[in-house]
Amino acid sequence: MHFEFKVQGGDFVRAGNASSQVKKILKQLNVDSSVIKRIVVALYEGEVNIAAHAFNGVIYVDIDTERIIIKLDDNGPGIPDINLAMQPGYSTASPIVREMGFGAGMGLPNIKDNSDDFKITSEVGKGTCLEILVNLKVNQEGV
Amino acid sequence: MKLKELVEYIGGSVVCCEECLDREVECAFASDLMSDVLTVKSDKLLLITGLANIQAVRTAEMSDLQAIVFVRNKRVSEDMIRLAQENCIVLIEYPGTMFRVSGLLYSLGVKPVY
Repeated sequence: MHFEFKVQGGDFVRAGNASSQVKKILKQLNVDSSVIKRIVVALYEGEVNIAAHAFNGVIYVDIDTERIIIKLDDNGPGIPDINLAMQPGYSTASPIVREMGFGAGMGLPNIKDNSDDFKITSEVGKGTCLEILVNLKVNQEGV
Repeated sequence: MKLKELVEYIGGSVVCCEECLDREVECAFASDLMSDVLTVKSDKLLLITGLANIQAVRTAEMSDLQAIVFVRNKRVSEDMIRLAQENCIVLIEYPGTMFRVSGLLYSLGVKPVY
C-alpha cells in the first residue's frame, strides 16, 4: 500500500492530519496498538517539524505485511548541523512554534527512538528528508 | 481508577466524551510542552496541561491518552471538541493551577510516569 500526504509549512491547524490518517489505516490492518503508537508518534513529530520549519513537504508512506516505511521530504531551510539537531534539547523553533507546544528539542531524538531504522539527510537552502522504518510485528522491534 | 471518580474528586467540568468516563486511568503527566508528552510511553495516561489548542488534542490522539485536564481556567474550543469526539478523548476544564490539580490527583493515588 502506498499513500502520499502534502504538508503546508506554518499550518498548525492541519498538522497531524496525515498522522491521523495513517493511524486509522494501521488500526484497520490490525497492527498491534503499541506498534501503532510508536509509528504515529514518530510520524506526528516529523509532520509537525515540516509545519514548524519548512515551506512545504510531502509524506510518502509504504506499508507491507512486515514493515512501514515513511519518508518525509520537505522544501525548507535545511539543517546545517545534523549532529547538533539530533541532540535532545537543541531547537531552532520560533516563538510561534513554541506557543503551539513544540520546539523543546525532543522531536528528532524521539523520532529516532520510536523507529527501528532512521535516516536523516539535509541540504542547507533546499530541505530535509527523514526516512523512518518500523517493523509491524511486535517481536521484530529493534531488529 | 475510573475517570468519573477522578473528575468528581477534583471538581472538573467534563466538556465532551462523557460516555468514556468509565475508562481507567493509572498515571498522569503534567506539561505544556507537547514534545515532552510525546516521549511518554505509559498506557492509561491522563494529561494535565495549560495548552488549550488543537495540537494538545492531536498529541493525545497520537499518544493514546485517555483524557486531558486543562488547567488555569483555559477554555476548550469547538475544533478541539470535534477532534476529541472523533477519538473518544475526554476533555476536562479545571479552574485551578497545574500544581493544585497534580497534588489532588497524586493524593488520590494517580501515579507519576517516572
